[in-house]
Amino acid sequence: MTPNLILFLILALVAVATALGMLFSKNAVYSALFLVLNFVTVAVFYLLLGAPFIAMAQITVYAGAIMVLFLFVIMLLGAERLPDTHVLPWQKPLATVLTVILALESTYLLWTKARPSGAVLPPGAEVNTVDNLRAMAMTLFNDYLLPFEVTSVLLLVAMVGVIVLVRREKGQKS
Amino acid sequence: MNLTSQDYQVLAPYILLTAWACVLLLVDLFIPKERKSVTALLAALGLAVTLGVTLSQVGIEQVGFFNMAALDGFSTFVNALLLVSGILGIALAHGYVKRMGIERGEYYTLLLFSVSGMMLMAQATDLIIVFIALELLSIPLYVLAAFARPQLSSEEAGMKYFLLGAFATGFVVYGTALVFGATGTTSLAGIVAAAASPSTSTLLLTIGAALVLVGFGFKVAAVPFHMWTPDVYQGAPTAVTAFMASGAKIAGFAALLRVFATAFPALAVDMTAVLWALAALTMIVGNVIAISQTDIKRMLAYSSIAHAGYILMAFVPYGNPAVRDVSIAAGLFYLVAYAFTNFGAWGVVIALEKKEEKGLAIADYAGLGRKHPLLAAAMTVFMLSLVGLPPTLGLVGKVYLFRAVIAGGFTGLAIIGVLTSLISAYYYLRVVVTMYMKEGEPETVRETWLSLTTALTAIVTVVFSLLPQSLFEWASTAVLKLF
Amino acid sequence: MLEYVAIALLIALALVVALAAIGLGYLFGPRKQSAVKAQPYESGINPFGEGTRRMPVRFYLIAVLFILFDIEVVFFLPWAIAFRQLGLFGLIEMVLFIVILLVGYIYAWKKGALEWE
Repeated sequence: MTPNLILFLILALVAVATALGMLFSKNAVYSALFLVLNFVTVAVFYLLLGAPFIAMAQITVYAGAIMVLFLFVIMLLGAERLPDTHVLPWQKPLATVLTVILALESTYLLWTKARPSGAVLPPGAEVNTVDNLRAMAMTLFNDYLLPFEVTSVLLLVAMVGVIVLVRREKGQKS
Repeated sequence: MNLTSQDYQVLAPYILLTAWACVLLLVDLFIPKERKSVTALLAALGLAVTLGVTLSQVGIEQVGFFNMAALDGFSTFVNALLLVSGILGIALAHGYVKRMGIERGEYYTLLLFSVSGMMLMAQATDLIIVFIALELLSIPLYVLAAFARPQLSSEEAGMKYFLLGAFATGFVVYGTALVFGATGTTSLAGIVAAAASPSTSTLLLTIGAALVLVGFGFKVAAVPFHMWTPDVYQGAPTAVTAFMASGAKIAGFAALLRVFATAFPALAVDMTAVLWALAALTMIVGNVIAISQTDIKRMLAYSSIAHAGYILMAFVPYGNPAVRDVSIAAGLFYLVAYAFTNFGAWGVVIALEKKEEKGLAIADYAGLGRKHPLLAAAMTVFMLSLVGLPPTLGLVGKVYLFRAVIAGGFTGLAIIGVLTSLISAYYYLRVVVTMYMKEGEPETVRETWLSLTTALTAIVTVVFSLLPQSLFEWASTAVLKLF
Repeated sequence: MLEYVAIALLIALALVVALAAIGLGYLFGPRKQSAVKAQPYESGINPFGEGTRRMPVRFYLIAVLFILFDIEVVFFLPWAIAFRQLGLFGLIEMVLFIVILLVGYIYAWKKGALEWE
């Protein structure tokens, strides 16, 4: 057992536990907080895989910004307390059955057919260096220049969209 | 590290239109509220200039931006069609938004951004760009669908479209991830190369391609991914619906064509049956449910679903090199036919629509033939074209399509196509019968741009059907450049 | 992994300091419980109403704008690290990126999206 493996196992337990906590919390705010913890754990997984930038992006964007939005939405709707009654009684058993099928299916596929065979780089081989971030930046700003620039247009459009939908024009009736 | 002028040439239309939209967004801030026609005019001008650039690029073939985007006959053809759709969309919207009291400058800017996203999608040769372009075209459409807020139906349309659209994008991204997992690349050329190597997992690749197909199935409203379409088309402002029905369909099919024809030819064996079923199901469900509609917007929404099925037919033989080119060219031709007919039909709907969603029942069309003979004649042309009866573009489109599909050996599918067209005659001609045979006092709006658009699309629908050869040849050359 | 030892040390140190502050107070401080002390701290005002309340939609607008600019920042980080290798071309790229977003910023400003109505 390498230290990395031990670390992974501990974190895996935390990740699964927080995910379950998110699912089973009656209070939506608690669910959101469990999700934050889950995001942070996943960020540490990224670190273990040798991808510090993704880890940091995960924390700033997901655990930070997206969660703030989640909390606002929860509070906006006043939906932090779920009613005790289950609206869809068949949902739970059906979901359980489907989950088991999915788990069996994916296990089968992973063990028989879909094992990556050479075409995929093993993680951590060349990326796990101090210059990781720099190498990523060089790729992002050279080969992936077009997606990068289009992303800024996308952010602009999103900004215009949200303002159009939320702000009233001056003089418009409510 | 530098870009050459070649790179800029590849994306010249996209760059021009995006820059125009950005500047227009700022210019619009200084245009007073009662002068928003200026914004509309500037937006249309931007589309027209871009159309000029696009047409000057006919015959040029290049790739650029590190093989992420391509300029070829296919993209030029689709770009031209998209830009024309954008102009028609603005012409229809201009008077409509004013009349409905929802006029804001952002309407036109968002429409420009959406068109630019659609064009990028037609040019994308990398799944990452396909994804970003998909978002760039969709986000403005979500906002436009909800543009008539706080009117409830419009808000509902925006919300539904957004949720299901986000879901669809999720499918595309998940599929892209699996394709990347199987091949180690997102570039379409790279995927073909990797698929040829025996070490690549075909299973992962197939699942990935299937998920991408599901995502695009949502976007083009193919059955069983069509649930959102009637509500969104009905609830969104009619001018938005007109643009959405044509633009999103053209762009979605363009991306689907390029991705499947260039990246996944190896999967044709598995995919043909799936595409066959999708096409057949879409034609049947769309046409059958349309029969019982009494609201014209809802009826046209189901008609739009049905036409997605006809266009999907063009994909079915994509793995057969002998008929592939002809059938994809037929698909492109059909998109042109559908776009013009669709804008025309929605134009007539806009002419009859009144505030608070009145004047939208098919029964409201009674007496139109007597009171406004020209408008009724135009509507008759569009209905005939949607059925596929002479003398319209719709007929020629269907002839090309069925011929190509039969040549590919899918006679059964062609028969389903003919039968469902017969079914569709019932509900399309019912509109014609209502207009001419029933008594009523329909009120219409007279707006210069609206009348011009309706007249123009009606003329195109008829005249092009009399000389379809040149258009089909352009479509064929466009496709040939794809391979 | 060695480069993270410093971070681990920092976290450990922060924990020790924080625990020491609480622990020392617990050990040496006098303990007198009262109902007032058990109240949630509201800057000296008596708490009223529920802790969770419905937020107006304006917060939502601010949150979305925050996310958009946050995503921008994520792109700045790798760019800053590879700034020298990227050279002038990288600078132009980032300027274009910022200019496009500046358009959005000016738009948001003029539309009053940054004001609290």
